[in-house]
Amino acid sequence: MSSLSLSLSRARPWPRTPRAAAFGQVVLNEARLVRRQPVNMIGSIGLPIVLVVIFGELPSFHQSLPGYGGLILFDAYVPIIMVLGLTMLTLLGLPGPLVSYRELGILRRLSTTPVPPSWLLAAQVVVQLCIALTGLAIVNITSVVAFGAPVPKSAGGLALSCLLAIGGLFALGLLIAALAPTASSVNAIGRLALIPLLFFAGLWLPRALMPTVLQDMSNYTPLGAAVEAIQDSMQTGFPPARPLLVLVAYAVVFAVAARRFFRWE
Amino acid sequence: MATLESTAPLLESTAPLVEAPAPAGRRPAVEVAHLRKTYGSLVAVDDVSFTVAEGEIFGILGPNGAGKTTAIECAIGLRRPDAGTIRLLGLDPHADQDQVHEIVGVQLQSGALPAKLRVGEILEEYRSFYRDPADMDELLDVLGLSAKRGDYYRSLSGGQRQRLSVALALIGQPKIAVLDEMTTGLDPQARRDTWELIEQIRDRGVTIILVTHFMEEAERLCDRVALIDHGRVVALDTPARLAAQARGGKTVRFLPSGPFDDRLLTGLADVSRVEHDGQHVVVTGTGELVNAVILALHAARVTARDVQLDSSNLEDAFVKLTGKNLNSEGALA
Repeated sequence: MSSLSLSLSRARPWPRTPRAAAFGQVVLNEARLVRRQPVNMIGSIGLPIVLVVIFGELPSFHQSLPGYGGLILFDAYVPIIMVLGLTMLTLLGLPGPLVSYRELGILRRLSTTPVPPSWLLAAQVVVQLCIALTGLAIVNITSVVAFGAPVPKSAGGLALSCLLAIGGLFALGLLIAALAPTASSVNAIGRLALIPLLFFAGLWLPRALMPTVLQDMSNYTPLGAAVEAIQDSMQTGFPPARPLLVLVAYAVVFAVAARRFFRWE
Repeated sequence: MATLESTAPLLESTAPLVEAPAPAGRRPAVEVAHLRKTYGSLVAVDDVSFTVAEGEIFGILGPNGAGKTTAIECAIGLRRPDAGTIRLLGLDPHADQDQVHEIVGVQLQSGALPAKLRVGEILEEYRSFYRDPADMDELLDVLGLSAKRGDYYRSLSGGQRQRLSVALALIGQPKIAVLDEMTTGLDPQARRDTWELIEQIRDRGVTIILVTHFMEEAERLCDRVALIDHGRVVALDTPARLAAQARGGKTVRFLPSGPFDDRLLTGLADVSRVEHDGQHVVVTGTGELVNAVILALHAARVTARDVQLDSSNLEDAFVKLTGKNLNSEGALA
């Protein structure tokens, strides 16, 4: 009897806040902050555009390499540059604000309001996702339209590859946000992780030119798998399952770890 | 000024706690019973109980590390206590989290905001969280932030940031407002402005819990005050009655125009002690101490100049009850 009345009192109607409007406001302010502190956009959109233009203007990048099935170096670099922009964004742009919000006590303040602090995290993901997609689209379109890279063979494969690459890298960014104690340590961790990640993406030696043992290792790194999936989508067709599954696996593992270790204060 | 160490031990540290009941006839807004919170071997809150009536301004006073903030964080549901029960207008801060967040506005100590957001943008965001938010223009006006609406957070002074923080606690039109060290870091004028604001909010029927270590603030604003030390409530009463508990001694300090025999004053009924501090004389006693001293001196043709009278206040009560000075950081206004 008493448990019945208890559950009745729990179930009393309580008008909820206009949730969608509130989330919109949170996203709006996060977008304003990104626009007003454009340093991360320079790394994730500006730098890739500059690289595409430089590589696109170099005549030697447009000659086919005889020993490698007629590979054109510029075409090999387009996916690498796309992934480079994404990596700058996720290693620095995504965790940076989240860690500083924790440092400043903003996550704590939010947990005293009807809006949970996880909304701020979600809003960051939404805003950074928009930047990531913009960057990927600009680099891809510029390379095709201005510098003669091939039109992607499989548009669906390219879209899926990009989304899975974003998933894996965003999860890594959130893991860094979970583990980094301060905003400055985000930069330190980001810079430390950047070099090996980009090496296996093929920034210094494209995957096609890597010795077999390095290529095999690259296949199982997040950036190597991302470059492979994007490159296949552009040059041969829908990518094979392995690089896509590797990206899914990284997304799941990093996301679970981030959830496990994230502190709200 | 805590100058009464000479007086008899009017309040033993083990004195029974005088607990004034919450004003009758009003339902309780906040009920905290036997709250306890430990971190490993550290007992942050030992045993804290108090009840706050609706519409009351309730002060929580105590030295740093006394457990004030931990107690408050438990009360609003930010931390889970090890033991004890908490009700906010009948709601449990954990089980009824959603409702509690709607009706309780919180200003936590030392919370910052993004540097490159404007005051209006921040308020607009937090305003959207609530079903029935306050009028933003009015709130900005009352807090003296209207002119700052378009300014970045980073350009605000410490006092303006503090007032914005208070604004965020009030933007949801809470029924209970919890303000932790609300005026720390404010200049005296801003502090008085904030006090006026708090009184206005109370006049609208909001129940206010004020965590502070400013005696003047507690005396001026609070209907009742809980003194917390070592995680326990050592006294709970109106500021006036707490001060009265510590009374029984006042001191008169003056500069005599010439030498006189101390027995002139020690012989008076109201005087308990006479001390010399350089050229000044400090007389401790009770009753109409000043009149008695000056008349006696006058009879001996001695004039008292530079006369200062100290009577006990809330801070004296605090010193008596806890054995320590509250304002270790020179925070006395």
